Amino acid sequence: MTPLLALSTGVLFATGMYMLLRRSIVKILIGLVLMGHGANLLILTSAGILRGSPPLIPQGEERIADAHADPLPQALILTAIVISFAIVSFACVLVKRAYEIAGTDDTEAMRSSELPIGSDPGGADT
Amino acid sequence: MIAASVFTLFALALLAPLVVRVAGRASGWVLALAPLTFCAWYASNLTAIGNGAVITPDAIEWVPQLGLAITFRLDGLALLFALMILGIGTLVVAYAGDALAGHPQLGRFMAFLIAFMASMLGVVVSDNLLLLFIFWELTSITSYLLIGFNNDKEESRRSALQALLVTGLGGLALLAGVVCLGLVAQTFEISEMLERADEITASPWYPAILILVLLGAATKSAQFPFHFWLPNAMAAPAPVSAYLHSSTMVKAGVFLLARLAPVLGATTAWTTTLTILGAATMLYAGVLALRSVTFKRVLAYTTVSALGTMVLLIGTGSPGDGALAAFILAHAIYKGGLFMCAGAIEHVTATKDTRRVTGLLRTMPLTSIALLLGALSMAGIPILFGAPAKELAKKSVTATAHADLLLAAIVASGALFTAAALIVALRPVFARHPHPPNPADPAPTTHKAGAALVGAPLLLGILGLVAGIAPALFIEPLVRASTLATTGAAFEATAKLGAVPLVALKWLIGPSALAVAIGIALYALRTPFGALAERADTVLARIAPPALYQYTLDAALALAGWQTRTLQSGSIGRYIRVTVLGGFVIVGALVWHTDATSAIAPAWEQVKLFDGALIAMIVLAALGAAMVRTRLAAVAALGVAGLGITLVFITFSAPDVAMTQFAVETLTVLVFVLAFYKLPQFRRLTLPSMRIWELTVSLLFGLGMTSLVLIATSESLAPTISTFFSENAAPQAYGRNIVNVILVDFRAADTFGEILVLALSAIGISALLKLRTQNNNDNATEAAQ
Repeated sequence: MTPLLALSTGVLFATGMYMLLRRSIVKILIGLVLMGHGANLLILTSAGILRGSPPLIPQGEERIADAHADPLPQALILTAIVISFAIVSFACVLVKRAYEIAGTDDTEAMRSSELPIGSDPGGADT
Repeated sequence: MIAASVFTLFALALLAPLVVRVAGRASGWVLALAPLTFCAWYASNLTAIGNGAVITPDAIEWVPQLGLAITFRLDGLALLFALMILGIGTLVVAYAGDALAGHPQLGRFMAFLIAFMASMLGVVVSDNLLLLFIFWELTSITSYLLIGFNNDKEESRRSALQALLVTGLGGLALLAGVVCLGLVAQTFEISEMLERADEITASPWYPAILILVLLGAATKSAQFPFHFWLPNAMAAPAPVSAYLHSSTMVKAGVFLLARLAPVLGATTAWTTTLTILGAATMLYAGVLALRSVTFKRVLAYTTVSALGTMVLLIGTGSPGDGALAAFILAHAIYKGGLFMCAGAIEHVTATKDTRRVTGLLRTMPLTSIALLLGALSMAGIPILFGAPAKELAKKSVTATAHADLLLAAIVASGALFTAAALIVALRPVFARHPHPPNPADPAPTTHKAGAALVGAPLLLGILGLVAGIAPALFIEPLVRASTLATTGAAFEATAKLGAVPLVALKWLIGPSALAVAIGIALYALRTPFGALAERADTVLARIAPPALYQYTLDAALALAGWQTRTLQSGSIGRYIRVTVLGGFVIVGALVWHTDATSAIAPAWEQVKLFDGALIAMIVLAALGAAMVRTRLAAVAALGVAGLGITLVFITFSAPDVAMTQFAVETLTVLVFVLAFYKLPQFRRLTLPSMRIWELTVSLLFGLGMTSLVLIATSESLAPTISTFFSENAAPQAYGRNIVNVILVDFRAADTFGEILVLALSAIGISALLKLRTQNNNDNATEAAQ
């Protein structure tokens, strides 16, 4: 199963990178999410996968006797999921805001559309 | 006390601006007290060290792993330099207080000057070569700051940078040489290297060491062909020229060669290289001195020439030969004084040109006397100290294989020095009218030269006179001690340094009188001679290092500009492409090199039908999210991919992760839909050719990540800390869900940080949304008006 998971990790990273390279900021956002998925799969798969044995200690016992899934990467992934949610939410609003001010969703056009000096930079002074 | 003298001066440098603020006009005198005190202490050791004693304080460990220790050693050579640094330093600090009186940046200037003094003192008393190198670089940096002191002038900044780059490059070579030397000698202590001189000269590394050390010394001491930075360094204020660029810093290279002469000097390569290098510099710079017209430039070229003489004398030095020490001392005394006179003259007359300044005998009688004493000493006229120093130099070269040739060179340099001395002293002191007359001459300033401005050079002039008349007073023990340190045998004073009338008589019939006569002739012919030298120099400058320096500098700037334009274009896409491709090449090379791919052993455990469907779902959803044309479809595809990953987590024993992923995925889709509602539809913005290029980058990236996972799962990694968490979750943290226990107990602080990130993100989002409302309100108000 590992090779298949590795393959899907690769696909997620490749599509994520492709979207990151787009000029539309909306697509860049989608790329960000895809890459986040890829990263989570990477952590899970790299640590070694195991079916049907979650890291839970049975009631009444002090420790798990038999082989169980590694809890550490799971804790890492949990953190990663939450952080990437925070980033994506913020980025969403930022992208929306940038589009409203710049009037375009093209990053190349945004680069060259520096506001003339003295004009209102879109409420930044409020 | 040696360490104290160095470090106290560094501390004083930090305090100097404060002292200047408090002491005002008297700050020069106040600050000069410190070097004066230390100078007195060093001088009190003169007799002992003159008799061969060496003071070595206890070592202070610094970085023992590198062999770097703070070890000092005061022998004759160090004492000679320390006395020059502190003695002339005292005068220069007092002089600078007058020369820059009322300057708004006087505090800064004094800080640099005293920091330089401390660094230079550190160079000469260090026993550890690495420590010496650190001080050496500090002198380069302080020199840079001092040359560029008038930083509102472009010339100053350019000259400062040039000096820094030339001496800095030499410093790098020196560092390499020092490291090689340390590795061969297995110590960085000079005192221990002295005992292993035979091993070092016999080592196969010796030629490399010799070349590298010579590069360092030659750049620092402005030897041909690296001489060009020194005359340009005269953009600095006069006290700096008098101190750094004539009497002390530029002698650091000479010092280093003299210091290492007992270690490296026992070979023909050493003797030959130093002799040729020194002689070439001595004559070339001497000729260039004659074509110059400003005080400081003439003096700068004679300084380069004198440095050449010193290098030559190190090359020809034999045991007991005191020529080097005497020449260094004589030069420091007269050249320091001459530069101070030049500064005083410029201060009062506002003129730098030797042809425009006249009648100093009337207007500045004391400065005139100092100028004459310095010039006479430079020309080597008895009874000034310059004369016996020159005699010793002649004696030194007559003991070598090419005695006639070198003697002729020394006589020629004496003639050039005489001519230079006449240029700076004859007309300015005695003539009545400037030549050629020019009505545009600046009117003399109303500046009055302060006591230190006149007194300091006068004191040095008188010192040269005293040293010439009564060498036994302090010159002889100093030369004896220094010679003992550099050549291994003490210098025995002969009649050359002794009885004055005898010297004067012998001088009249010796080659020195000839040199002076030729010098006078050269002075008379200086205009055609200078023009000739000018022409030769112009031709040489096209191929020689000054041109090379400029070319290298331009090329470096062009390269920097090109790489900024190419790499730092500001285009995000370009940054990502460069990063990914660069990373792929580096990581790929590493994987290839370590042959990590061969370890991949695909573990095709039983792949169930469900698994296959799951993977197909993720892959298709990801591809779909990247390829569909509408925003909503893309968001939907993204949701499907997230769902697939949730299922993967369930399948592979991560129920908590699956739950979180599911909740977050739902929220993400909602956020996207809400936020994208107002955003424009997708468009095709990228050119097809660009698209293929980007597709390649993406595929390479995906391939790299897949390989990474495969390599990671094939390698058996070191045991992780997971075992600790599994075993202690229930007994210690009283939790049965190990993942939860890790998050809220073992790594609770991390989770707290995570919550903070969420909170910050929420604040940011709220601020961005609020901002829009306000802005819209403003626009609405404007529209209403």
